[in-house]
Amino acid sequence: MAANKVIEAENLTKHFPLSKGFSEMMFSRKKTVVHAVDGISFDIREKEVFGLAGESGSGKTTTGRLLLRLTEPTSGKLFFKGEDIGKLKEKELKPLRRKMQIIFQDPYESLNPRMTVSDILAEPLTVQGIVKSRAEIEEKCREMLQSVELTPPTEFLLRYPHELSGGQRQRVAVARGFILNPEFVVADEPVSMLDVSIRAEILNLMLDLVGKYNVSFLYITHDLALARHMCDRLAIMYLGKIVEMGPVETIVYEPLHPYTNALIDAVPTPDPAQRGKRDVLKGEIPSPINPPSGCRFHTRCPVVMDICSKEEPPIVNIKGEHHVACHRHK
Amino acid sequence: MPITTKGDTDSSVLDVQNLKTYYTTQRGPVKAVDGISFEVKRGEALGLAGESGCGKTTAALSILRILPSNGEIVGGKMLFKGTDIVSLKEAQMRQVRWKGISIVFQGAMNALNPLFKVGDQIVEAIKTNEPRTRQKEAYERTDRLLELVGIQPSRARDYPHEFSGGMRQRALIAMSLACNPDLLIADEPGTALDVIVQAQVLKLMSELKAKLNLSMILITHDLSIIAELCERTAIMYAGKIVEQGEVARIFKEPLHPYTQGLAGAFPSIKEARRRMISIHGSPPDLLEPPKGCRFHPRCSKAMKVCKEKDPNTTRIGKIDHRVACHLFGEQ
Repeated sequence: MAANKVIEAENLTKHFPLSKGFSEMMFSRKKTVVHAVDGISFDIREKEVFGLAGESGSGKTTTGRLLLRLTEPTSGKLFFKGEDIGKLKEKELKPLRRKMQIIFQDPYESLNPRMTVSDILAEPLTVQGIVKSRAEIEEKCREMLQSVELTPPTEFLLRYPHELSGGQRQRVAVARGFILNPEFVVADEPVSMLDVSIRAEILNLMLDLVGKYNVSFLYITHDLALARHMCDRLAIMYLGKIVEMGPVETIVYEPLHPYTNALIDAVPTPDPAQRGKRDVLKGEIPSPINPPSGCRFHTRCPVVMDICSKEEPPIVNIKGEHHVACHRHK
Repeated sequence: MPITTKGDTDSSVLDVQNLKTYYTTQRGPVKAVDGISFEVKRGEALGLAGESGCGKTTAALSILRILPSNGEIVGGKMLFKGTDIVSLKEAQMRQVRWKGISIVFQGAMNALNPLFKVGDQIVEAIKTNEPRTRQKEAYERTDRLLELVGIQPSRARDYPHEFSGGMRQRALIAMSLACNPDLLIADEPGTALDVIVQAQVLKLMSELKAKLNLSMILITHDLSIIAELCERTAIMYAGKIVEQGEVARIFKEPLHPYTQGLAGAFPSIKEARRRMISIHGSPPDLLEPPKGCRFHPRCSKAMKVCKEKDPNTTRIGKIDHRVACHLFGEQ
């Protein structure tokens, strides 16, 4: 798929400064920062579903926010359809906002409880000044509710979020994300707060809309099994770095990085015959304030070598589009 | 001996018969658990699965008789090692909790008291239930319990905020084992945890089960966790058990349309990419559950009889597999 790149990140970095205590402030000049995202490069292509997976604390949510410029990058470059948007000012960003949207994790938090569904859906339209009249707004809202299968729309337009179930709420959030006809949508763990039986429904809905509106989609998740069924390409993150990236089939069937392997092994399989046939990684993700030297995974790696703690492995292209950052694969 | 293995007979540890638990609310009684029956054998893990609001946590609270004040067991029996614990007095029930049946609550993040050291909290559990234990002995036991779940005993002097999520979950498991129970109930033991930490906790639980010959009830919405850990499973929907039996059997050949839907909602990572299957609609309001089979409004195979008559639970063949669905009833 040699399609156009919609998003391109080059060496994107975000360090959050840490607040210090008074004595530290007086006597130490050392700057403490959280290395949330530390120099990652990747691209997302037209009409592609790109997945970002990793444990909590790996920096995947920060990455999603960086791409939308909801968080200011510390350094690195960011392109949207070839245009450098990394340094645009807030005002200059506004027309871009229309083309980039986000669906948040928790539909119980992301919808204003004091706004009706029609207010929620109309807000982006009026803020962006797209529609002229009330009638036009209503028509757009109805159309959008129709496509997220909240039918008949009349029944939902005047409801408040508390009158909706979790699944219905997330549908409203999805509708809000798509109502401006965006070109790029980020979904940050969009189903982790939902009940199992409706998860698949919401994911299928998003896949349908991605196809219908021709958007590029970034799917952030910790659930590799769902990522595998959603995404075209997948990047695995660990402590602010991309450790492996490639077509989803390659990542799942031929993982090269020991961390990817561990993540795949950790997914419980719904098959009792497979029971107990897996090794579980020991320990927990280290603090991103002082990440380990060299390869950040070396403290937990089952196949660690001498070089791993000294030198950071570069991310190299293995075959086709398969990239990995590991000293064992060069 | 503080940590002993229980005898390994094939006897049933807990036998729940037609349990009904209702909540009184201003809008009327909520039939959260409405006539469920299941059995847990010695050394066996039963997975209780279903969506939120299906009554699985209420079932767990009923077994320990720690329901909120508006909840009440209105019918049924629960035989724990032969004694019906529904009719026990509160003082007698206190002898059952911790020593007989203990629970690991959902949300390990919040189940420990932030103001007390982890070790002290475990000691408190021991001393409350076995007042004759000497202080020194209780601390030694705590050290051994922490070791058992893979935490360095020196960490007993830490406060909960010094523990990571996975360690807090481990500490809670250690605490639940403090008085050497026969039956451990774990309510969503992996949900709030990261994938790898969750895998670590599940591995620990299966090791403990083998080592101590523990019986377990594992409450979860994630069928793959049940596949990983349990011998038997019971699938709950809207206060009723719709299907139960051996895990291998139910995963190979789920019969109830709801079980099939749930199984389809969990794609396996290694299988070929497919469109995920979902169950349309959402679970019913238990104030006014649908007439007949409670699943019929969402069921793709609903027949006329499903809207009228509640299906009986039928045993399939001569194996350990029961299902409550008109498709498999006596014709």
